[in-house]
Amino acid sequence: MNQATNAKPAQMKKRRTITKTDVQQFLLHGRAFIALILVTVVFSYLVPNFLTPANLVILSKHVAINALLAIGMTFVILTAGIDLSVGSIAGMVAMIAGGMIREGVILPQLGIIIYPHTWMIVVLALILGTLAGALSGYVITRFNVAPFIATLGMYYVARGIAGLRNNGYTFPNLVGRPEYGNTGFEILGAGNFLGVNYSIWLMVILAVVAYIVTRRTPFGRHVYAIGGNERAAELSGVRVSRTKVIVYSISGFCSALVGLIIASQLVASHPLIGDAFELNAIAAVVLGGTSLAGGRGSMGGTIIGAFTIGVMQDGMVMLGVSSFWQKVIKGAVIVLAVIIDQVQARMQERIALQKQQEMAAVEGS
Amino acid sequence: MPELSPILDAAVVDSDNVILSAENITQVYPGTVALDDVSFHVRKGKVNVLIGENGAGKSTLMKILAGVQRPTSGKILLDGAEIHPRSPLEATRLGIGMIFQELNLCDNLSVVDNIFLARETTRRNGLIARRLQKQRARELLRKLEQKIDPDELLGNLRIGEQQIVEIAKALAQDVRILIMDEPTSALSAAEVEVLFRVIRELKSHGVAIIYISHKLEELMQIGDYVTILRDGRKVAEEEVKNVSLSWMIENMVGRNPATLFTREERPLGGVLLKAENLTLPRAGGGYLLDHVSFELREGEVLGFYGLMGAGRSDLVECLAGARPQATGSIWLDGQPVTATTVLERIQSGFVLIPEDRQHDSLVPTLSVMDNMLLASLRKYLRGLFLAPAQEKSATDAQIKDLSIRVANAQQPITALSGGNQQKVVVAKGLLTHPRVLLLDEPTRGIDVGAKSEIFAIVNRLAAQKYGVIFVSSELKEVLAMSDRILVMSKGKITGEFTHQEATEEKLVAASAIGHGPSNGGNHHESGN
Repeated sequence: MNQATNAKPAQMKKRRTITKTDVQQFLLHGRAFIALILVTVVFSYLVPNFLTPANLVILSKHVAINALLAIGMTFVILTAGIDLSVGSIAGMVAMIAGGMIREGVILPQLGIIIYPHTWMIVVLALILGTLAGALSGYVITRFNVAPFIATLGMYYVARGIAGLRNNGYTFPNLVGRPEYGNTGFEILGAGNFLGVNYSIWLMVILAVVAYIVTRRTPFGRHVYAIGGNERAAELSGVRVSRTKVIVYSISGFCSALVGLIIASQLVASHPLIGDAFELNAIAAVVLGGTSLAGGRGSMGGTIIGAFTIGVMQDGMVMLGVSSFWQKVIKGAVIVLAVIIDQVQARMQERIALQKQQEMAAVEGS
Repeated sequence: MPELSPILDAAVVDSDNVILSAENITQVYPGTVALDDVSFHVRKGKVNVLIGENGAGKSTLMKILAGVQRPTSGKILLDGAEIHPRSPLEATRLGIGMIFQELNLCDNLSVVDNIFLARETTRRNGLIARRLQKQRARELLRKLEQKIDPDELLGNLRIGEQQIVEIAKALAQDVRILIMDEPTSALSAAEVEVLFRVIRELKSHGVAIIYISHKLEELMQIGDYVTILRDGRKVAEEEVKNVSLSWMIENMVGRNPATLFTREERPLGGVLLKAENLTLPRAGGGYLLDHVSFELREGEVLGFYGLMGAGRSDLVECLAGARPQATGSIWLDGQPVTATTVLERIQSGFVLIPEDRQHDSLVPTLSVMDNMLLASLRKYLRGLFLAPAQEKSATDAQIKDLSIRVANAQQPITALSGGNQQKVVVAKGLLTHPRVLLLDEPTRGIDVGAKSEIFAIVNRLAAQKYGVIFVSSELKEVLAMSDRILVMSKGKITGEFTHQEATEEKLVAASAIGHGPSNGGNHHESGN
């Protein structure tokens, strides 16, 4: 009798508190998506024709560039690292690729010039970007240099090489020549499949692959573990250094891809391609709910974050917001994102505690 | 029974000498209740001793008093008025200073800069009064009878000297209440004597000392009042003159561990692991491990006992491949082990359950399942991808086998109690299918029930022909669990005892070889 009366309030209490915790957790996990819906609603209200298919395709094309960088950046940030060099690597790769199309590969010893096929140029450029990332990763792991410093170095070096390649000048008109067999570079930027630009397809494919890699492969699990507790990962047999080098290589690969896409879209390589893109990429990752402290976050969130920034940016342009105000707002959003990151970490801790107390209450009753 | 305790407390507390008191302090961490409704009284001009086993909550309580941490509930009274120290600086302003167990000093600053850190003496123009500070530092160090140059860089000092600086730093603050958390752990016998003289002088000036130590003989010598914590609860408070050593141990342990952890007799197999001349150099010269050799048989639980820094953890980390600088030879099943990295050692059959769960074992951002599978992920691959069904069945089997209490395997690991977290770590190790289990203080910071469960698991594994190396600082546990015990001191094996031969006295004596005597009675100085 006594037991029955005791059990009831305990059960009711349990149901109520779990619901509260669940709501909080839902809001925390869904915060990136909620933010995206919010900005979309705001801009579709302020800007006529914002939600038309044509505009959405243009928007996605803009987003694709940032999203590709942000996918690589997510891997890096999940290991509690940072990659400041992505924009510069994009610029360097674009200049090297543009140079190969315009001037070929000169072998002075043999006195000949080789004009590689376009696909070879693309592959070489991707390898170059990957190696640049790998070098950052190697410096970070082998010499225990802070990721911020190592990639800051790469940021300058890669941008410098981009300028050096053609003395600061642009490689214009990258259409190639049929007799050299290096035409078709512009297709990467301009080509469509099912009416959707290649760059958008690339974003979708990479996002899906990255999602599966983070969720369903040992490598992905290792990335999360390193960000959560590097020492524990190490003692569990995770090859931490190797994993980190791969992570920065992935980021370098994504950067190279972006450099190629932009050069192809412009049909020209400019040494300043990708300038300051790293900040947009970091902002997308953080807006997507990935913790800068590492170990927490998701690819899905990053894509949502990239779209949030894209919607804001395009929306402000269409609204005619001055570029100065755009910068002010973008800056505020980045800081806000980090604040949210901090607050949510604390809240998650509190919720974990709350959950535990709920469990204890259940066990005790 | 509970109704009696307030009266009992009142009798002891009654003397109106209480200057600082913590009332009904509760501290909840994700995973554990560190303190459960603990009250603690500090008397003026006395040495107030606080003792308890590892994980009993002593350090947590001190951190709360020193303003490092805020309690979940409960209050702190200073001279009868409630205070809320929010930072160590605020606590110092209230007259509460603390000497931390893990030294809180900056290697890159000079001794004098360390002593006056965050409370620099300034001249009227706002610049640091260097000469005055140096003079005061010299006086303090003279009082501690040390020949330490105030201008020396802290990083260049011996660890014992650094501890002296930490003490000087606390003395420089003119505190009314001084918390000392294991102040003698790195001191030689002569230095301990000096410290005790300083403590007696402070007492005569009315300073209240809170003294935490594992060296019980030392407490009998210097303590006035003793408070005992066990598993986050206060179990006793008494005047030191009324109590005996055995009373303290009994209250600290609260049980006879020998009855909780019963070792099963089992036949031992052949030699499973043989280690020869394991050597690990110390960064500043000398050895962490000094040519250590031993054998481990199939189904054997081999205990390693020793004091802090004796090299036991270094030994198991070497075996686990976590110390690349180590040299020496290892044979497993008669085959030389050539693997060097942690991963390769795991693949050849070694697995380490590290001492520091939070720091070395758990990934707090991952779920119970992801933590458990981290070391054996390749076993659940189907093609390139992890197969969720296999991951789940492996996890569920371990949860059932080790009776880990979780709501579901997707729960964050931080939501588990310490004991259950430790079982997840053990499960992570077992899933790699090891031959040799390296358990480094596997029962640290977990409650009694979980401890005896962990030991039941160890017994079962030994019966299944695993070789178990069991490192522990708890005499009773190591005596109860081990088939054979090796004692280490200063990187060497200084004693070997079978289960039948081993006694507490023998282990303690062997663990002190190479150290100076702790009671300062006879003065054969240690090697350094």
